[in-house]
Amino acid sequence: MQNASGPVLYYTDEVIDHFSQPRNVGELPREDTDGYACIGDPGCGDEMKLWIGVRDGIIGKIAFKSYGCPGAIATSSMLTELAKGKAIEEAAAISDDDVINALGGIPENKKHCSLLGVQALQAALADYRARSAR
Amino acid sequence: MSSRRVYMDYNATTPLHPSVQEAMVRDLEIFANASSMHEDGRKARGRVEEARKAVAELIGCGDNPEQIVFTSGGSESNNTVFATMFHLGRKGPRRGIITSAIEHPCVLNAAKWLESEGFPVTFLKVDEYGKLDMSQLKASLGPDTLLVSIMAANNEIGTIQDMAEIGALAKASGAYFHSDATQAVGKIPVCADDWKADYLTMSCHKLYGPKGVGALYLRKGAPLEPLIRGGHQEHGHRAGTYNNIGILGFGQAARLAKEELPEYARRVFALRNKLRDGLVAAIPKVRVNGHPVNVLPNTLNLSFPGAEGEAILLYLDLAGIEVSTGSACASGSLEPSHVLLATGVGPELAHGSIRFSLGRATSEEDVDYIIEQLPPIIKRLRAMSTVEA
Ligand SMILES: Cc1ncc(COP(=O)(O)O)c(C=O)c1O
Repeated sequence: MQNASGPVLYYTDEVIDHFSQPRNVGELPREDTDGYACIGDPGCGDEMKLWIGVRDGIIGKIAFKSYGCPGAIATSSMLTELAKGKAIEEAAAISDDDVINALGGIPENKKHCSLLGVQALQAALADYRARSAR
Repeated sequence: MSSRRVYMDYNATTPLHPSVQEAMVRDLEIFANASSMHEDGRKARGRVEEARKAVAELIGCGDNPEQIVFTSGGSESNNTVFATMFHLGRKGPRRGIITSAIEHPCVLNAAKWLESEGFPVTFLKVDEYGKLDMSQLKASLGPDTLLVSIMAANNEIGTIQDMAEIGALAKASGAYFHSDATQAVGKIPVCADDWKADYLTMSCHKLYGPKGVGALYLRKGAPLEPLIRGGHQEHGHRAGTYNNIGILGFGQAARLAKEELPEYARRVFALRNKLRDGLVAAIPKVRVNGHPVNVLPNTLNLSFPGAEGEAILLYLDLAGIEVSTGSACASGSLEPSHVLLATGVGPELAHGSIRFSLGRATSEEDVDYIIEQLPPIIKRLRAMSTVEA
């Protein structure tokens, strides 16, 4: 997994890739946003904001912003890739391990970073449900 | 990834000075045990004693080289002092330990160990620049104080303490005075006598010598309880067969550090200030951590609000630039740098801190390269950040 000539031996190439070219970075405009969440605490070193746009039960649009370490940025980026185009029930089933496995693993002490993305998605889906119920 | 590498982590460790490497390789055949009485042994011992003199000269006690005890490094030297205090405190009336909140973990954890053994320990506060709170020091000193241990210069932010003043206060109270001078020697003038130090810690790998060798200066008459008991080496202060090659490398590194100090300090300080000015001009809202004047000539610690330190570090690494950070994530703990927190910057600025530590080989081009590479990195991280810069 690790690239021996790479800069940080304990990050996989996939983590480095998602860290250096994060996917779906940014915000969704208000009219496209059907669910939103902000999770984490900058004082503890990471915070993530996630926007989702849902059409016909499918996450068609997704965007995130992140203040955090490479592990947090890469897992957030990968999470948005996994969730995009999925039906909301399917997206709700994405686990930390799904994100970690898709990245080829992350260091043990970085596993808590991956929680943030999955938690943010759960919270954004809850927000979506609350909005739809209105 | 960039093929260009710019090493800016000299406070973590340094490469061998070419002349140290040459001396070590040349003397590799001196293998004999420096305690052996035959000719080869005496020859090896001669090199050890030459090195001891050079190390003594680096801290202004060249007339009494026997005050230098060779160890395996800074951590061992510091721990030896704290172990000595454990033994003294158990027997004697004085037990109070005074140190600072910004010490290296090897001092902090040794102090916490004494605390857990029932010794009263005070971790002195520092101000926003990392300078010791002198009034708290004065108020904490008393007839019970056994040891005052204050680092001469901080490894993370580079702040230099007023050592002569601290030493005078400590000695006036009747306490022993120790300084972890690991980051100071070779970067600023160090004189154990001027500081009235009873103990002074040095580590060779911070001054272009090999790793795994260090020294403890021991004022004549100051007590020492060996951490490692065994043979008679080092007057019984530290047992174990002499690390000939390491020690003679230390000797050569000390000679060069003394010789090159004025020129090194002038050159590196100019580059450090150029780096600071260039980055402050190119990046909005940079905070310069550490003392504006009383600072190691090679150390620049900056915080970039809105960007997280390990992310900055890794983007710099991808650009070939090697630095360190005070972010929690990088350390593996949940707390960011205890040093920055002690200066009161708050966790967010501590998480977003980067230490550049320059060295002998740092060039103008290296500095220019960082000034060119870092601003877009910060801009990019801030653009994706949830936190206002
Ligand atoms: C201030 C300070 N003290 C002690 C040490 C430990 O020295 P050594 O690595 O030689 O054990 C270091 C180096 O990491 C340091 O910066």
